This record gives sequence, structure tokens and C-alpha cells, in this order.
Amino acid sequence: MSKTSITAEPGIPMIITTREFDAPRDLVFRAHTDPDLLVQWLGPRDLTTTVDRYEARNGGTWRYTQSDAQGNSYGFHGVFHGNPSPDAIVQTFEFEGAPGHVCLQTAALAERGGRTLLRTVSAFQSVADRDAMVASGMERGVHDSGDRLAELLARLRDS
Amino acid sequence: MMADRLSLVFGALADPTRRAILTRLADGDATVAELAEPFAMSQPAISKHLKVLEQAGLISRTRRATARLSRLEAEPLREVTTWLARYQRFWDESHERLDELLAALQAGQEDGSAPSSATVKENHDEQDLDHR
Repeated sequence: MSKTSITAEPGIPMIITTREFDAPRDLVFRAHTDPDLLVQWLGPRDLTTTVDRYEARNGGTWRYTQSDAQGNSYGFHGVFHGNPSPDAIVQTFEFEGAPGHVCLQTAALAERGGRTLLRTVSAFQSVADRDAMVASGMERGVHDSGDRLAELLARLRDS
Repeated sequence: MMADRLSLVFGALADPTRRAILTRLADGDATVAELAEPFAMSQPAISKHLKVLEQAGLISRTRRATARLSRLEAEPLREVTTWLARYQRFWDESHERLDELLAALQAGQEDGSAPSSATVKENHDEQDLDHR
């Protein structure tokens, strides 16, 4: 069962992701702003993340690539807006395979009794941009089994 | 998948009555009367919901004698779940790794013990910006 909740409403160019971590918020914040830590968790395990630059400060820029064993490489870059803090890490995000399609991401960390709730709001330029990003930006094959349909129907039944 | 169709499917799924209708149809085709039965709703009201589901491609409708039968069409549901599953999988796996890293950091292994082939490049290679 997945613990990351993802909400995408029809007609609204936005995706909201939430997840709770069993760690204090300063540590979760560090994992988001220290590139040495970031590369250890961002993306699927079979992709290698390489950071070119990661200037976590107001106006600072960042760029990293994610590559697979077959040698395919995907570049991403953006700019930090405001000095990142646990209350708000604000940055733009652009997939270099689709230049000009820029997303604004705001990550906020809330501590709850030693645990930390991460909430990320991604605002896209249009609903079509959002859907394209989700459909093609995350370049991973998905096993096309009927299982997910069964899961969805089970979810529909329970809701 | 076309974004417009995705919106139609999401719009159709946004309503609890329509989700309940789909759930019922997962067990087999049904008439409007059969679908209306569990709800405190008139058949015309159910028919309106069926129209929305049909426009989204989530059901198809055929005639059996005098009754109109509704049938679940699984493909748009599969497309929607595939669409979200991709994104879901990316973040599930990232956050799982973050969980492990946070645990390792808290256990006092400051460099993190999560296995990783990741590296941080010291030199900024601007030419990489053109790389796809």
C-alpha cells in the first residue's frame, strides 16, 4: 500500500502530494536542500541522479540529470524563489525535454509530535501541461496489468 | 491519452453515485431499474448519471428486449490509473528511499547508509544544458 497521497482534480492545473515521515522536520528539510542527501532519495532506485548545481537560496539555480542503465538521461532545472525554509521551499521546475513548460513547486513541512508531514503543491501553466507532465515526464514503464483496475474498483467501492 | 478525455473521466468519477454505479457494473451488466434500486433516486436521475458515464467512455449501453443495459468499459479507467500510477510510483519510490535515508541519518550515520550510486559533480558543465 502506498503512503504517498496524490491529488489531481479535474480541470485544475495542480497536483498536491502529501506524505508523513518518521523524522523531525529539520532533518526532512535538510534532505530537500542538501544535494548530497537529495541524490540519495530523489527518483526511482534504478535511476542515478547527478546534481550539477543546487544553490538552495533566494535566486539560486539548480540542475540535475537522472540516467538509467541504458544510458538515457533526463535533465531538469529551475530556480529557488525566496530562501528555502521548512515552512516553504519554493522553486520552479522544468523538464529539459519540454522547454518552456515550467511548473511552480511549493513544499511545506509541518511537525507533528516528532513526525513530519510533507505537503507539495505543484502548479502547472495549464491542465494540458499537468497531464503531459504526469504522462510523459516521469519516464518509467508501468506494468500494464489489470491489477490496478481491480485496486481502483476496490477503492471506488470503499469510498 | 488526450487531456480532454482525462478530464471527462475525472469529472465522471468525481460523483459518488456514479462511482457506485460503476462498482455495481463491475459485477455485471444492469438495467436502469436495477441501477436505480439501491439509491433513493428516480430512474431519470440515474439516466442522467449514465449519460455522463457514457460520454466519458466509462460505460456502453445496449438494448435487451425492452430494457437498456449498461456495461462497464474498463479501458478509460485503466488509462486513468496508468496515468496516475506512473506519477504515484515515482513519488512512492522516492519517498520510500527518503524514509530509509532519514532513518539512517537518525541512527547516527551522518553520511547516510542508503545504497546509492549517486554522485555530486563539482564542475558545472554548462554544455549539459543542451542535453536531452
